[in-house]
Amino acid sequence: MSDIVLPDRLRDVAEPVRRIRTPARLDYVFMAGKATSRFLNAVAEKRLVGQRCPVCRKVYVPPRGVCPTDGVPTEEEIELPHVGTVTSFCVVNVQFYGQVMELPYVSALILLDGTDIPLMHLIQEVPADQVHMGMRVEAVWVPDEELGPTLESIKYFRPNGEPDADYETYKDNV
Amino acid sequence: MRDIAIISFAQTHHARAIEQENEVEMLQPVVVDAIAKAGITKDRIDFVCSGSADYLAGMAFSFVLTLDAVGPWPPISESHVDMDAAWAVYEAWVKMQMGKADIALIYGYGKSSPGNIRRALTRQLDPYTLQPLWADPVSLAAIQARSALDTGTVTTEAMAEVAARSWRSAQDNPYAQLKGDLAAADVLATEPFVDPLRRHDCAPITDGAAAVVLAAGDVARELCERPAWIRGIDHRIEPHMLGVRDLTTSASTAIAAAKAGVGDGPIDVAELHAPFSHQELILAAALGLGDDTAINPSGGALCANPVMTAGLVRMGEVAQRVIDGTADRGVAHATSGACLQQNLVCVLEGE
Ligand SMILES: [Zn+2]
Repeated sequence: MSDIVLPDRLRDVAEPVRRIRTPARLDYVFMAGKATSRFLNAVAEKRLVGQRCPVCRKVYVPPRGVCPTDGVPTEEEIELPHVGTVTSFCVVNVQFYGQVMELPYVSALILLDGTDIPLMHLIQEVPADQVHMGMRVEAVWVPDEELGPTLESIKYFRPNGEPDADYETYKDNV
Repeated sequence: MRDIAIISFAQTHHARAIEQENEVEMLQPVVVDAIAKAGITKDRIDFVCSGSADYLAGMAFSFVLTLDAVGPWPPISESHVDMDAAWAVYEAWVKMQMGKADIALIYGYGKSSPGNIRRALTRQLDPYTLQPLWADPVSLAAIQARSALDTGTVTTEAMAEVAARSWRSAQDNPYAQLKGDLAAADVLATEPFVDPLRRHDCAPITDGAAAVVLAAGDVARELCERPAWIRGIDHRIEPHMLGVRDLTTSASTAIAAAKAGVGDGPIDVAELHAPFSHQELILAAALGLGDDTAINPSGGALCANPVMTAGLVRMGEVAQRVIDGTADRGVAHATSGACLQQNLVCVLEGE
């Protein structure tokens, strides 16, 4: 830190305080809400559940409870397949603080079949430079005894061997 | 100046903890209710403004998530204040004065239950000298109450009467969290909580949300039989450091009241955002309210205090009484910061 130059009128003041430590901690009990709770509880049972808007018919996953287009509750639940299409992705080459992933790895937006909003997750079991838009992928779950109400219950997605999806099927989510 | 009015008001049934719902799930029905009561569809709303605080949810940009409640797609004109939503009304009023909007939706919400509100609110204090002490709002209000008691500005009995009257009034308010047939003697019979404050002198911890619709001129007249016209609105702030303020009076409220024209006519009803009983007495004096004004017929913040929302609720409660025809002219007040640091005063009138 560079030296602080005080104005003349403050020259007589004792040693200036350059730094103080005031540790602060606030604890919260996160409340997922009804819609996200139902989604997470389903994940703990190795199921993926979205919610459909009664107005625009879009299916949201994970649901937050309200359609952001229509501002109405999305109460109809839709059981979803565990496969989808990569709509966009990035290759991560930088180690973030606290991160356990081996570099490089791929974070992707995955449009599960039958949904209208992509879910974010990891892509593995394929070299990073081969991941592409339209790639068909499937969820790889943790062992049953490790399942819980968290998206970490899905280890990652991997290519499922199907031919690439037609751009028309995911163009609204790019 | 354009004529601008509150034409509808909706709120949650406030509670200590609305545990089953996240913020947007709690808010969305209130937004829908306010829009429906205004007799419009959401595509007629020109501007949306909200008030909330990330420190309640413990999440950065938490207000962006709750925007789902208004359906912000296709994109809408929107703004947010990290303050009580009464100040969002002020922002919308300015925008409408500029001719940028004819109809505005304003909402506020606060879920205090996920965190510790007494600790969270210490974060608004001076970071060098007060935050390290975790000087919480109840303790600071107790210091203010002590000053007011020692200077004779208020009495313990008058404070107890404010608390008891609020609880009795709230019996008629289906949205209130606390209510009961209480007498001042019942309050005085309880032990001090943070001396000299008893529990009844302090607002409860509350989860809740509220929304109003504002409309300008003929649009308001077309949509509402008796709009609650905003005849004056002003807000003033006092210094951050408590030691430089006179805590036994509210100079900022007095100035805002004069600017808003509170004294220009009789006041039938006043809804004062006083989270502590002695603060209602200080505010009533600063506003120059007399015995002919019904103060906090809803029960006020002592009976439900959703943070970032309770000030908007005061505006809604006054507006609703004007819209219903049960009041002709009322004053709504909102506060923010420690010990009534910042105050907003709004005069609402029927035609
Ligand atoms: Zn929709």
